[in-house]
Amino acid sequence: MITDTDQNIEKKEMVINMGPQHPSTHGVLRLELVLNGEVITNVKPFIGYLHRCFEKYAEEVKDYSKVIPYTDRMDYVSAMNQEHGYVLGMERMLEIEVPERVEYIRVIVAELQRIASHLLGIGAFGLDLGAFTPFLYCFTEREKILDIFEKTSGARLLYNYMAVGGLMRDVHKDFKTETADFVKTFRPKIKELNDLLSYNQIFIDRTAKIGVLPEKVALNYAASGPVLRGSGVKWDLRKDDPYSIYDRFDFDIPVGSGEVGTLGDCWDRYIVRVREMEQSLRIIEQALDGMPDEGDVMEAIPKRIRPNEGELYVRTETPRGELGYYIVSDKSANPFRVKARAPSFVHLSMLPAISNGALIADMVAIVGSIDIVLGEVDR
Amino acid sequence: MKSTEEILEILVQQFGEEHFTLGGGDIGEQWITISSALLADAAKFLRDDERTQLDFLMCLSGVHYPKEEELGVTYHTHSTVLRHKLTFKVRVPESKPNIPSLESVWKTADWHEREAYDMFGMTFDNHPNHTRILCPEDWEGHPLRKDYVQQDFYQGITTRE
Repeated sequence: MITDTDQNIEKKEMVINMGPQHPSTHGVLRLELVLNGEVITNVKPFIGYLHRCFEKYAEEVKDYSKVIPYTDRMDYVSAMNQEHGYVLGMERMLEIEVPERVEYIRVIVAELQRIASHLLGIGAFGLDLGAFTPFLYCFTEREKILDIFEKTSGARLLYNYMAVGGLMRDVHKDFKTETADFVKTFRPKIKELNDLLSYNQIFIDRTAKIGVLPEKVALNYAASGPVLRGSGVKWDLRKDDPYSIYDRFDFDIPVGSGEVGTLGDCWDRYIVRVREMEQSLRIIEQALDGMPDEGDVMEAIPKRIRPNEGELYVRTETPRGELGYYIVSDKSANPFRVKARAPSFVHLSMLPAISNGALIADMVAIVGSIDIVLGEVDR
Repeated sequence: MKSTEEILEILVQQFGEEHFTLGGGDIGEQWITISSALLADAAKFLRDDERTQLDFLMCLSGVHYPKEEELGVTYHTHSTVLRHKLTFKVRVPESKPNIPSLESVWKTADWHEREAYDMFGMTFDNHPNHTRILCPEDWEGHPLRKDYVQQDFYQGITTRE
């Protein structure tokens, strides 16, 4: 029953903080939510809590190859992909021809890393929405990939494995069989994951029609990777601007289609990641077949890196999207300027555009679905 | 697919010769330097003209050129329709570092420009939210300038080891 006093209640906007310490912001991120009741009318992301001056370091390390360990620490859950972009850029600058075996190993580890990263993204996304079990299933599989990496490079997360012109060391002797085993055992697990999470009605209810990102907005915001593909745009740098030896492999680009809700919603972004893992497995299989068994992975590594004057922008497809490095050389021992264009940084900037009108609980789903890594946002 | 020279020709046709120069190093990519007065118009033209259709701003990077006492911004764009890329630059003197904001052309420029301001201290005219982004609002100086000196204390806490 509405009484006089109820009608006179003053409606005011409320501002609340989500973060910086919050389990579902995936790191140290603060979101300032302007609320009308429980409906979000505006959101302002505040970043920079993890800023470690990557670009300043890069200008001061006095050696181009010493930048590689820092690239690892940007997106710390897909370090191999971060290194790959940087070394490709430097090789293009120095015009180095990389041995076949190196290219194949790089592609295999990059795709393994993509699966590992997607597993973390998917698992954590489910966890944000209250699905605890899939997270553990994902981590069991991710662990197997990290074991392969540990045997190969000596580290589980921050590898410093790729070098300009080659690799720091050759893969361990069981690399091929172990990777092939993983591919074989992992394929059925994707189906299991679909049964457990993807087509789970509660999960669909929480993610379908939420955080819709239309194609036009996505392009204007320069979205890339699964976020752009979730909106139905068939754009993958591995196919559309091929680098390394990706043009040799046969694989599809999964895109969102609004299967359970609206095109470009959280579920679409999620399912693109799941389907990409299958495609990565296909690439790994083909690469394992084509990989030469012999060859020195260090033969093309230059003793001294001193590129001529010039600059370039190199971009690669990481699990999160387009990672670009803008490298400027002034002929000295260290880069004049290195700028990293991180996909998460760009994706986070469009949060206000896709979350107006959502509920606070949906905010968790939206942040989870764009799969940010704060190390990369803040650099 | 158009090369940088071909796009330069289109720009010169549209706006006249005096605003553009073609640049390039010994290695790597070429670029077009655009005068800051014309930047906003040229960017909008590059996005909308059917011969260029540069609808995707990949990257926007601030740069400091201490020798020339200039600040600059490099824009990397590509076209998802026509599949060509274009790099263009704008350079302004340190004493009057005003650059028109391209936020209204490509939304993604919003945060990139804030970052460039934070790190280099140029001003982006008509930017809707011209604030620092990575450093705290009361931080002194702009860290990526070549002549940057780190402050010793921040809010009474030492910044050195």
